[in-house]
Amino acid sequence: MILDKKLSVSASPHDHSKDTVTRIMLDVVIALVPSLIAAFFLFGPRTLIVSAVSVGTCVLAEYLSRIVMKRHQTIADLSAVVTGLLIAFNVPTSMPLWMVVLGDIFAIVVVKQMFGGIGMNFVNPALATRIMLIASFPTEMAKWNAPFSWKTEATTTASPLGEIKNIFRSGTINDDSFAELPSLMDMFLGKRAGSLGEVCAIALIIGLIYLLARRVIKITIPLSYVGSFAVIMFIAGGFNLTFLAYQVLSGGLLLGAIFMATDYTTSPINFKGQVIFGICCGILTALIRLFGNLPEGVSFAIILMNILVPHIEHLTTPKPFGTVKEKKKKGAEG
Amino acid sequence: MAEKKSLGKELTKGFLDENPVLRLVLGTCPTLAVSTSVESAIGMGLAATIVLICSNIAISALRKVIPSKVRIPAYVVVIASFVTIVQMLVKAFAPSLDEQLGVYLPLIVVNCIILGRAEAFAGKNNVLASAVDGLGMGIGFTIALFLMGFIREFFGTGTVTISLINDGKALWSPIFGENPILIFILAPGGFFVFGMLIMLANKIAERKGKPKAQLHSCKACPMFATCTSSEKEDCDR
Repeated sequence: MILDKKLSVSASPHDHSKDTVTRIMLDVVIALVPSLIAAFFLFGPRTLIVSAVSVGTCVLAEYLSRIVMKRHQTIADLSAVVTGLLIAFNVPTSMPLWMVVLGDIFAIVVVKQMFGGIGMNFVNPALATRIMLIASFPTEMAKWNAPFSWKTEATTTASPLGEIKNIFRSGTINDDSFAELPSLMDMFLGKRAGSLGEVCAIALIIGLIYLLARRVIKITIPLSYVGSFAVIMFIAGGFNLTFLAYQVLSGGLLLGAIFMATDYTTSPINFKGQVIFGICCGILTALIRLFGNLPEGVSFAIILMNILVPHIEHLTTPKPFGTVKEKKKKGAEG
Repeated sequence: MAEKKSLGKELTKGFLDENPVLRLVLGTCPTLAVSTSVESAIGMGLAATIVLICSNIAISALRKVIPSKVRIPAYVVVIASFVTIVQMLVKAFAPSLDEQLGVYLPLIVVNCIILGRAEAFAGKNNVLASAVDGLGMGIGFTIALFLMGFIREFFGTGTVTISLINDGKALWSPIFGENPILIFILAPGGFFVFGMLIMLANKIAERKGKPKAQLHSCKACPMFATCTSSEKEDCDR
């Protein structure tokens, strides 16, 4: 895939599409740009600094670790840029830069390169980093900046997710319950507290449409993920549509469903496998959000399903046309 | 029977080549559980070392008396007696250490390293060699625990505290201020550090010409040299 393609003596497939890893990764970067722009307007210029530091560290870490491991360079495939951007999108704007750098190094060196580099990582590096950062710096990872507060004085505020959880815990859900939260329109546009890149739903959906149009990803995983999540939330919220809408728009659900769960390396290949993967992600996310200790469950749900992907693949391997299922061998002769 | 080795070799093999934690991957449970601080790591290492030396001596001395069919229960009884003695001593003279180690102190009874050395070495060799083997393995265990404890406490809290040094105050002011990298003292951090140290030990062993730890190969086993042929066949299966 990456090496010299002029002389290819290989097993099938012999016909390759023109897509290269670089082109696909470039498409993902382009799809992430609207969210970055939205984050810049919502949270100020520091978003760009965090993103630049994160991308730079990721590329440098990839470059150096490939040298240390004496393998061919892979920084040109832009996968480190995607990881860097996603890590930046997963931290609050006020995150100290050294923590971001630490997370980048963890993602690239430990999660990605130690397992063999691109295509070999067993979980999504950006998500593993998010979990590592939450476990390491719980206070820093929960300092949500209020939108537009950078123009005057940076203020921190509660993330809507925590309040939604309290609403669910209180037991009564009616339209008055959501008075404290930003309006649904604000939630959709991103005028709420949250991680750098996860807040603006409309920008993320633009990214999704671009990826679908470029055929980089299929709708299967995002749709089955958000769909199964929504079904559970609809039931759990006592069939309250407002509750459902707040749940879908808050936290990192859309970012996770569109950009992280669809990572090629850590998601199933077949339609059937992708549906199973998406539905399980949705169920796990909903359960963690409703009954877990932490407010957010997207990262844990996707990581857990990442680990189960080999088994999903095993279950959903298509049967070649015309073959008969091999009968189990009977015990030893006689 | 294994060929005669010098006592010095029996002592030093436990430090790195056959380090019980990093090369034989035994006793991982106490390693991960008590290595959150240097102090408890060293305490655990020393307690296990004392038990290991005593049980090796006792089992080696009794090796011709114990019938081979019931050797494992017999070993466990011997080990459990020594663990009880050590536990009582720790409770009497270092109650704070006892509190830190908690249930892991009595659990030395089922520590794989001690039963493993009894089975692999003390049951086949003379008393002196067994005592030296126990000491070497114990030191190897303590070294591994100390390294893990130091790395985890250093990064997880930003400083290191040993109550015997510096009046029990931290050795230096916290380097990360109010934000130590908490994950190091949590369970996942323990696994990360453990994995990294195994990697490092493999690298050093490889440089010294020892076999790399590999799955599915008998030669990769650090016990290969002392393993008898019938056991090797068992291994391959």
